[in-house]
Amino acid sequence: MAKDEFKEFKLVGTRPDRPDGLDKVTGRARYGADISAPGMLWGAVVRSPHAHARIVKIDASKALAMDGVKAVVTRADFPTGLTGDAWNLQENTMAGERALYDGHAVAAVAAISKTLAEDAARLVEVEYEILPHVTDVDEAMAEGAPVIREGAADATVPEGMHPNVVKYMEFGRGDIEAGFAEADLVKEHTFKTEAAHQGYIEPHACLGQLGEDGKGEMWVCTQGQWYIRKMCADVLGLDGAQLRVTPSEIGGGFGGKTTIFMEPLPLALSKKTGGRPVKIVMSRSEVLRATGPTASASMDVKIGMKKDGTITAGRAEFRMQGGAFPGAPVDMALYCAFAGYNVPNLEHVGYDVLANRPKCAAYRAPGSPMAAFAVESLVDELCRELGLDPLEVRMKNAVKSGDQASYGPKFGSIGLVETLEATVAHPNLQAELGPNQGRGVAVGYWFNHSGETSVSMAISEDGTAQVSVGTPDIGGSRASIALMTAETLGIPYEDVRVNVVETGALGVNEPTHGSRATFASGKAAVEAARQAIGEMCRRAAKEWGIEPEAVEWVDGAAQPAGPNAGEFPPMTIAEIAGKMGSTGGPISGHHESVPEGVGASFGAHVVDVEVDPETGRTTILRYLVVQDAGRAIHPAYVEGQYQGGAAQGIGWALNEEYIYDDQGRLQNPVFLDYRVPVASDLPMIDTVIVEVPNPGHPYGVRGVGETGITPPLPAIANAIQDAVGVRVRQLPISPPRLLAALKAKG
Amino acid sequence: MSKIHVTTKVNGDTVEFLADPRETLLDCLRDRLGLTGSKEGCGTGDCGACSVTLDGTLVCSCLVLGAEVQGREIGTIEGMGGDDTLHPLQRKFIEHAALQCGFCTPGFLVAGKALLEKNPNPTEEEVRYWLAGNLCRCTGYDKIVRAVMDAAAEMRGEAA
Amino acid sequence: MARVQVHLWSGLRRLTDGAEAVEVEATTVGEALDGLIAAHPGLEPLIEAGVSVVVDGEMTTSRHQKIGPENEVYLMQRLKGG
Repeated sequence: MAKDEFKEFKLVGTRPDRPDGLDKVTGRARYGADISAPGMLWGAVVRSPHAHARIVKIDASKALAMDGVKAVVTRADFPTGLTGDAWNLQENTMAGERALYDGHAVAAVAAISKTLAEDAARLVEVEYEILPHVTDVDEAMAEGAPVIREGAADATVPEGMHPNVVKYMEFGRGDIEAGFAEADLVKEHTFKTEAAHQGYIEPHACLGQLGEDGKGEMWVCTQGQWYIRKMCADVLGLDGAQLRVTPSEIGGGFGGKTTIFMEPLPLALSKKTGGRPVKIVMSRSEVLRATGPTASASMDVKIGMKKDGTITAGRAEFRMQGGAFPGAPVDMALYCAFAGYNVPNLEHVGYDVLANRPKCAAYRAPGSPMAAFAVESLVDELCRELGLDPLEVRMKNAVKSGDQASYGPKFGSIGLVETLEATVAHPNLQAELGPNQGRGVAVGYWFNHSGETSVSMAISEDGTAQVSVGTPDIGGSRASIALMTAETLGIPYEDVRVNVVETGALGVNEPTHGSRATFASGKAAVEAARQAIGEMCRRAAKEWGIEPEAVEWVDGAAQPAGPNAGEFPPMTIAEIAGKMGSTGGPISGHHESVPEGVGASFGAHVVDVEVDPETGRTTILRYLVVQDAGRAIHPAYVEGQYQGGAAQGIGWALNEEYIYDDQGRLQNPVFLDYRVPVASDLPMIDTVIVEVPNPGHPYGVRGVGETGITPPLPAIANAIQDAVGVRVRQLPISPPRLLAALKAKG
Repeated sequence: MSKIHVTTKVNGDTVEFLADPRETLLDCLRDRLGLTGSKEGCGTGDCGACSVTLDGTLVCSCLVLGAEVQGREIGTIEGMGGDDTLHPLQRKFIEHAALQCGFCTPGFLVAGKALLEKNPNPTEEEVRYWLAGNLCRCTGYDKIVRAVMDAAAEMRGEAA
Repeated sequence: MARVQVHLWSGLRRLTDGAEAVEVEATTVGEALDGLIAAHPGLEPLIEAGVSVVVDGEMTTSRHQKIGPENEVYLMQRLKGG
């Protein structure tokens, strides 16, 4: 579908107040920790202070002897015999024979107050035998590194690799040696990124209740209530349908709340106390020590370029550790590495490696930011050395719709060229730069995702509409889904209420992840609305005594489709709804599918920085995000995704990192030391929404949530080189690291 | 451990609660008084999600003990608007889409209100530095800063 | 049934006797996956653990999707997101 085939919209593309705005500015919105239940107990978790240790003995007798302490659980309280991902989740929820990282849970306590539970947790005595540990990815796969777990590797790993390598992948095309031979300049460097945490401001919180009969309920902050249900059921050996999971409002997730960490523990504790509800709220240091940051990466990249900017060949070898379990996003990182470029000769090699760190979780475009840091930095170095304009080089090599992607299949409709054109045209590129100031550009990519989706819509007796969705609203998706539903039904935005519902109310939904909520729940809501429109047209046809095919739906009313259908005044949605009880019963629509037609999204960022040569501190002067949204349903929240992604990428580039000491203990598990960007660190973040409509969505939507975190990492490194002439190939480019680089340069 | 009886004023109402001597004001507001609008994001005074005013001064309620507020006056997000009106900051936050997940929002609003009471005409830089103690992970601060500036302009009687 | 070519990632060559693309008899995505396993049983644990199948650039969402010799079929690691 071409751009001009989209008709004018009444609501799509406007910026109304979000439906949950009032609750969220008054403190009324209820997040994970905000709910309490009658008879509720508080839980606290005992965590390993060691990076790697055998658990010799756990003695909870002193804790259990305290007045008001009701239960202690250890791994002995969990079912045995799990395999695969279920075992990994269980082992991460509660350590078995060994603690695998600093912060790994080894026991949990329930008591009648929060302070008492914390006191009791301190009295649980755990005897450890400390084992050798490793936290660095390159060290973890080197000969002689301590083995985290024998037999964890899957079938992809060739024989002879270290047991910590649990997944290996390799793909490519063409002939890279011939490609490099064709190039006028070939450069090869190693790049490193440290683990960064999603840093949502709301710590994980869960209120759970589980009876002897295996029936349970949860109130939990999560990106996906069905994922929580399945994972908790697997880990505890429960029947999925017996567990009812209600998602609270969610205080940020960014991928980190698509899985479980402590969520089974309130259920396990509850069962041991005869079914009393148990609430656990993590502290910030628990969040940083024991919930998923992203992987750390060590990456070799080699690229060949001709004098005219044509890229002839590329090779990427990525090594990533995602903690003590398989799951570092090395596959997706490799897929994204050269996604923006038409390169005939490519080779990709990847290793997923275990280390004594917390189990990584998805973080906004998982893998793509690291890949971009390596590839987009090296492309910039090549452009610099050949005296080429970095945006022109990207345009020259840019992929277009139908091109064969670097990872294999051909692209559907994509808008990289349009994105680059809008970038080049932006006034920020004309801004004058002073001494120690520099400009950097980079491109980023994310596939976007669909996933299992189930949506119900029901028309109320007054003609207003309620939509039940299974994707928690993290960044305004209630607003975008209400806009699309109202647009489809032809009714005011205010007449639609979108509810995020519990697991008992719909079929299985994947979480709000993969930039899918507005795409997938939105598409399903439109289909559900169309179904209801069909029913309302049939009701009108019966009233009028004409064929349903002779009725059409226009502006929220049924009307005869043309003069041959008969002369009847339009019958509004309110009129039809008011009579539903006597015309056939409730009117609703329902849609479930794995929606097809996901549209990928490219973005280009331009950043101006100033480096203080005395301190090595980098200040962001100007920041521009240009990204293809397909169509922006609520442009303000699309801009918000762009700005938020950029801010997270800026933090990853300049400050955020996991710092381990030589004992493998995390040294910075508080926000003072794990420093995310604050308001005074950033300028306004300029945005341009490019709209190359996605033909796979009724309103042209592409997911927009993730791409934006990708380009900042290399764009900032490129800007710093432009400003002060040093190339930093390891993140974060914190003041001490940059100062050292400046001193080395002399 | 025996608890301490505390009488204090929250949003103009006299309230009483029993505090464990180790409990923070934030714990007492949330768990003793049911005022869950103030949030705990860190417990170490770094994120500002628990911002309240104590006798008119902006504080992190996670750094104040519940037992300390005997006879004081506390202002929380729940007391920010009038009975049937929103404070201009609350309205502007909605209008400017200055919240995504909304978890940090109460803290930003309480801190923003304290800023505008002290400085009704702040520059962008002043807004950014005043709010530097409040972390937002979703928005990149752009729309928050705009909302505060716009609310300030409206409160000064200037056209938006 | 028609013969459909399925492109794999080259890291799987060890499991497919060196082939980077495998021809299978299939009229649907599900049959193609079953055909891959029948031809190269070493692929079974990987396919069972979850893979993405991309047909003509579009991530498939159903084992029942029709495919034929004219389609470009790629096997990829399972994709999701944050």
